[in-house]
Amino acid sequence: MHKLIQLHALDNVKIVVDEIKSGAYLILDGFTFHFAQPIGIGHKIASYPIAKGEKIIKYGVSIGSATENIEMGQHIHLHNMKSDYIPTYTLDKEFTGSKDVK
Amino acid sequence: MQWQGYLRKDGRKGIRNYIAVVYLVECAHHVSREITSQFKDNPVQLIGFAGCYPNAYADRVMNALCTHPNMGGVLLVSLGCESFNRKRLEENIRESGRPVHTLVIQQAGGTKKAISEGVAWVQSALTDLLTVPLTLMTVADLLVGTVCGGSDATSGMTANPAVGRAFDQLVARDGIAIFEETGEMIGLEDMMSKRAINPQLAVELKKSVEKAARYYTLMGHGSFAPGNADGGLTTIEEKSMGAYCKSGDSIISGLIKPGDRPTQSGLYLMDVVPDGDPQFGFPNINDTVEIVEMIASGCHMILFTTGRGSVVGSAISPVIKICANPQTYRRMEEDMDINAGDILYGTNTIDEVGEDIFNRILSVAAGTATCSEALGHQEFMLTYKTFTPLGPGCLPG
Repeated sequence: MHKLIQLHALDNVKIVVDEIKSGAYLILDGFTFHFAQPIGIGHKIASYPIAKGEKIIKYGVSIGSATENIEMGQHIHLHNMKSDYIPTYTLDKEFTGSKDVK
Repeated sequence: MQWQGYLRKDGRKGIRNYIAVVYLVECAHHVSREITSQFKDNPVQLIGFAGCYPNAYADRVMNALCTHPNMGGVLLVSLGCESFNRKRLEENIRESGRPVHTLVIQQAGGTKKAISEGVAWVQSALTDLLTVPLTLMTVADLLVGTVCGGSDATSGMTANPAVGRAFDQLVARDGIAIFEETGEMIGLEDMMSKRAINPQLAVELKKSVEKAARYYTLMGHGSFAPGNADGGLTTIEEKSMGAYCKSGDSIISGLIKPGDRPTQSGLYLMDVVPDGDPQFGFPNINDTVEIVEMIASGCHMILFTTGRGSVVGSAISPVIKICANPQTYRRMEEDMDINAGDILYGTNTIDEVGEDIFNRILSVAAGTATCSEALGHQEFMLTYKTFTPLGPGCLPG
């Protein structure tokens, strides 16, 4: 089963469609990536390196900006990107998306 | 496709036939709840407005709900001293041809006597329900609204685009489709305004999104919940892109506010963000508030997409729950009418699920209970808001 999909040709992120377990390996464009943390369905990983300040593109449009330099294959979420409109507030800092009800 | 519906005096057709017990202030809530609880297996539902202060929006919405095509009769329950205009509400309901009674707790003589009077009236009103004339209905008679709640990143990939397809079908068959939540169209105002039926409406659509962006910025908190982030959504723009595809591809025929009733077939955007400076806090404090607003604008039913797993239904109009996330569906199958999650695996296409949703609209209209209906969900909430009337460019029809 595919682990990742890309929604639009212009996107610089791929979306996890099958949960990535802790310790998993994925091959992205010929490069092997090791995931120390689990990443849940729907989360984004970088298709290629993204510089701090660069736009994150999903659905072919900008969904915000990188707040630090992001490596290829890295999980993208609140820890390294932000809204260009209204800040997102949440309860805690861990967002791997895999703390669903057991 | 045709089915039997309920014909109301104003010519509108309903797909359900309910008695509502309506408390007009929180002080009348207990009595109303006690009355309603005597009718567990009957089409009797509890709704109400908690506030003692007057509010034009709450008044307008409540009048619209009490004369909704799915409404068969109304028991108004007043404490006696609250500011809700119960006389005008009763007159409007009576004029609409529905059985109505106002129970005033202070006049009835307190809790026990009021409950007793209320139960007796509801009993008689239930027999009146049986005399409502039936009529043939088609898709062209339907108004369907859509909301999303408990969204995650799968929502925008599966359930929401599938709803968009179903909406396209509804509009193509002369039904009315309503979508909302301008607070989740942040960043999309240009894209959306290109779909407007004329340039004046395009301007109004843009203004409504700008209003939402300003309002939420003032609130200091966008329309974003912790569960959205757990589920992979990072920013309001990202959430907005995902939410927006519920609207499908039809031309947008108009912009309405809660309680405005479109009469011409087409797709409409509902602006739920209050006008003017924030007076009462967040625009919609939960998903139920916007469901109620959709119903006030005439929606027979609501398509509700969810990723994290919302369980809510609604009083008055049934909720079809469409689950976007395959893991959530496995865990909460009993609460979900449609599984859109398999789109992620490629075992279902967006078009196929869209077709399923459209067919479910028809069967629910014909009387099939949704999961939330069967589970007894009858959520309702009416809060304080303030709106100015629609501008001239909003409803070109």
